[in-house]
Amino acid sequence: MADAGVMRPMPHTARGAGVYNQKLGMWVFLGSEIMFFTALIGSYVILRVGNPGAWPEHGPREVLAIPITAANTFLLICSSVSMVKAFAAASVGDQKGLRLWLIATVLMGAAFVSVQAVEYTELVHKGFVPSAGLFGSTFYTMTGFHGFHVSVGVICMIYVTIRAFRGKYSAADHRGIEVIGLYWHFVDLVWIILFTIVYLI
Amino acid sequence: MDWILPHAVSSYAGDIDAIYYLILVITGIAFVVTEAALVWFLIKYRGRPGRQASYIHGNTKAEIVWTAVPAVTVVVIGLLSGSVWNSIKGRDSVPAGAIPIGVHAKQFEWNVTYPGADGQLGTGDDFTVRNQLHVPVDTPVVVHLSSEDVIHSFFIPAFRVKQDAVPGMHIRVWFKAMETGEYELACAELCGLGHYRMRAAVTVHTADDYQRWLSEQSQTVALQER
Amino acid sequence: MASIAAPVEHDVGHSHELSFVRKYIFSTDHKIIGIQFLLMSLLFLLIGGILAMLIRWQQGFPGQVLPGGGVFPETMVSDGIILPEFYNSLVTMHGTFMVFFAIMPLLVGVFGNYLIPLKIGAPDMAFPRLNMASFWLAVPAGFLMIAGFFVIGGSAAAGWTSYPPLAETSEYSGVYLGQQLWCVSLIVLGLSSILGATNYITTVINMRAEGMTWFRLPLSIWALFITSILVLLAIPILSGAVIMLLFDQTIGTHFFKSATGLPILWQHLFWFFGHPEVYILILPAMGVVSDIIANGSRKPIFGYHSMVYAIIGIAFLGWVVWGHHMFQSGMNPTLGMSFMISTMVIAVPSAIKTFNWLGTLWRGNIRFHVPMMHACAFVSMFVIGGLSGVYMASTPVDIYIHDTYFIVAHIHYVLFGGSLFAIFGAITFWYPKMFGRMMNPFWGKIHFWLTFIAYNATFFPMHQLGLEGHMRRIYDASRYDFLSGTHGLNVFISISAFVLFASQLIFVLNFILSWFRGAKAGANPWEDTGLEWTTPSPPPHGNWPATPTVYTPPYEFSVPGMAQDYLPQDQSKDMVTAGQPAKGG
Repeated sequence: MADAGVMRPMPHTARGAGVYNQKLGMWVFLGSEIMFFTALIGSYVILRVGNPGAWPEHGPREVLAIPITAANTFLLICSSVSMVKAFAAASVGDQKGLRLWLIATVLMGAAFVSVQAVEYTELVHKGFVPSAGLFGSTFYTMTGFHGFHVSVGVICMIYVTIRAFRGKYSAADHRGIEVIGLYWHFVDLVWIILFTIVYLI
Repeated sequence: MDWILPHAVSSYAGDIDAIYYLILVITGIAFVVTEAALVWFLIKYRGRPGRQASYIHGNTKAEIVWTAVPAVTVVVIGLLSGSVWNSIKGRDSVPAGAIPIGVHAKQFEWNVTYPGADGQLGTGDDFTVRNQLHVPVDTPVVVHLSSEDVIHSFFIPAFRVKQDAVPGMHIRVWFKAMETGEYELACAELCGLGHYRMRAAVTVHTADDYQRWLSEQSQTVALQER
Repeated sequence: MASIAAPVEHDVGHSHELSFVRKYIFSTDHKIIGIQFLLMSLLFLLIGGILAMLIRWQQGFPGQVLPGGGVFPETMVSDGIILPEFYNSLVTMHGTFMVFFAIMPLLVGVFGNYLIPLKIGAPDMAFPRLNMASFWLAVPAGFLMIAGFFVIGGSAAAGWTSYPPLAETSEYSGVYLGQQLWCVSLIVLGLSSILGATNYITTVINMRAEGMTWFRLPLSIWALFITSILVLLAIPILSGAVIMLLFDQTIGTHFFKSATGLPILWQHLFWFFGHPEVYILILPAMGVVSDIIANGSRKPIFGYHSMVYAIIGIAFLGWVVWGHHMFQSGMNPTLGMSFMISTMVIAVPSAIKTFNWLGTLWRGNIRFHVPMMHACAFVSMFVIGGLSGVYMASTPVDIYIHDTYFIVAHIHYVLFGGSLFAIFGAITFWYPKMFGRMMNPFWGKIHFWLTFIAYNATFFPMHQLGLEGHMRRIYDASRYDFLSGTHGLNVFISISAFVLFASQLIFVLNFILSWFRGAKAGANPWEDTGLEWTTPSPPPHGNWPATPTVYTPPYEFSVPGMAQDYLPQDQSKDMVTAGQPAKGG
């Protein structure tokens, strides 16, 4: 029973990608998300290389709060770890573990968005707004859309948590956990790239 | 050659038109062959009782031929085009000694700045005229193109010259008019409600007439400044 | 080893339990959704056509009172004369409606939805509820776009290409909310398209019936599959660009501002999306044309594998040619060279497909049914549209013809002469499957010939207009001496356009009346090989009692040794010759 909890697709779909529809669908959808963030990140690179004067002389750290954002980044990474733990629990039918780790993921995800919202208000108070040149324009657009994606993820995660509390996920079928997990890890990965490019460089 | 294209008077118009006619011949042949084959097959192979279509899935040799021939043809057209393109728009294409003229596009007019007696743009003797571009014949001119507001496009059909004017960018575009006469400059990029009437008159003078016109303008400017 | 429950949530045939609203309005059945997209898109095609008629009135009869002009407010039509600002709005919205709300949903929303499950042997899409969401996102997007006409300042008026700074600066354009509505509408429509693409791709990969290997897929499905990948990857680029434009318009960001930003960035983003977009607008048309030509010729498609590789090649190369829209933009001229070469090269797979269609007709046994007529017209007009592209690909020639009517001619030859004729043919071909009745063939042929003649009379002369230097988006060309000789041609084009538009009434009437009074259709009225013809017309919910098994490649017509000249994909030659009755028919 070593592969109990390993979900395999219906026999006829083995002719296809070898993964069940929802998982394939999420991977495909993430392809579109990659292109969306590529448009934003690509534009950022072009704008920054072409207009270096629009950024602070010593880099974004003159304006942005790196330490708190670094901590926030760590928080988001931890939420990916809790997501992995939730999936592992689901795979062996550990309902209690699944619920606990899902709640942890929701809380950390919500905390990430809240910290970012607080950071926005402080920046706005300092006068750093979206209309503050290309730096402001790109900063708010890129981090804002990322935050929007995290928020949508948190809402979906709450939905999945409620379902978990209703016992809808078993070792035999926990597709929803795996699929939301994929989305969550993607959003985390995008943040690591954004944090590096927008805050650090 | 004024066969299909209207008469053109710039030094490189002939090169552009030659590429056009080359493509016309090649695509014309392709067009006739393909359409004729289509019509011929539709007639010859129309369904008739008792006939059976041939159970054929393809022919590799034919496919290789009709892949290679178009591929070689278009690449050749590309390479020929490339050298003409380079001579017109390339980095080093502006002829030495070209007269600089500033053209600043704005909704909905062309402000043309002449360099004045010192031949340099951006000095005190420059003067600006609205919607009139005057150039001497047989002399290269380099337009320093800019825009006040939105994207416009500097288009003189008779010279086969076209260049977008982008606000925030300073773009050089050169030409050499080979015949005197009156021509027109039109805007070729949608720029707002007056886009259709963003017209300027282009006059190509003989060398003497050009000097006369320049000194008239300088006197007018001097009068206005008093 | 655990197996996951069936990928489709509901069984065949329980649809009689659903209310009218659940069955026809908020349906999750791909066939109903396909028909919903069809009705929506045909409505927008009509709107786009009306806008074109207004454009042609102004071009042919400037300064003359517009018949019926009184219905428009004074801000658009004053004393019967179309105003210049309204003219810019007309050209913008004509392009926008036609590209995003007519051609794209007609090809991808209608035929993607209707054909994919049926032709691969699946009971429905992978995600039926997501499919419903796709349609019901497209509808509000359409409303948002129409709303532009009803706000102060009018609709977007910076061209369907919406270049900033004009598109984002009200002081320059005179347009306020209209330009923003344009952006929001496309964001919503973009989401609809992305969800649809996700659905189609997953379905084609994972839900093909037993025996339906990749190289037994009909070319319509290959084309829709590859197109969906283009949609998935290209539309998000547009979404990003449009969001940046909207932010520039509303919250003061600087992305495309002239002094503090980079206006040309918009062009790069828009055309990086825009070029794959035009292949999205033609590939499904090529796919259905292949299906119809094989059927009409009673012959296998010539060079099926090359046709597949050509579709993939076009889609792949489509990503590296975007700069050919920007040769004169102020972009580095060296880039012009590389984009020219890639643009020249992309002509090759299209040429391959054209020759393969001709090869299919060669030694065929051709039936001139109405879909076949449209498919053959597609080939002949796509040749013209494709060849005219070679002129633009040549950067020096483009110096002269960029932003002239030569471009307008090219666009319309590939989008109307190409895509729309393919759509007319495809609607006629699959109409019996959708509605259980045939469209009237006599009126279908009248509509075809009137359209074909009026269409060429309208658009072929535009090549000549462009060669005379006639610019695009010009309200009144009489300002220019060099265009004084073009007025006669413009009158001719406009009259032809009016005839063209009027001829479409025949198609509309045929479409509507056949729904109620057309000859009843059996399962396989065209004697075709595809899986969709093995089930009744229209198919039941779930499509088959049990999904079919596939034994045969897609275009096995006129197989030697068989009495009938077609071999359905769910049968092998042995099964047929062994006396098993041919399915359908």
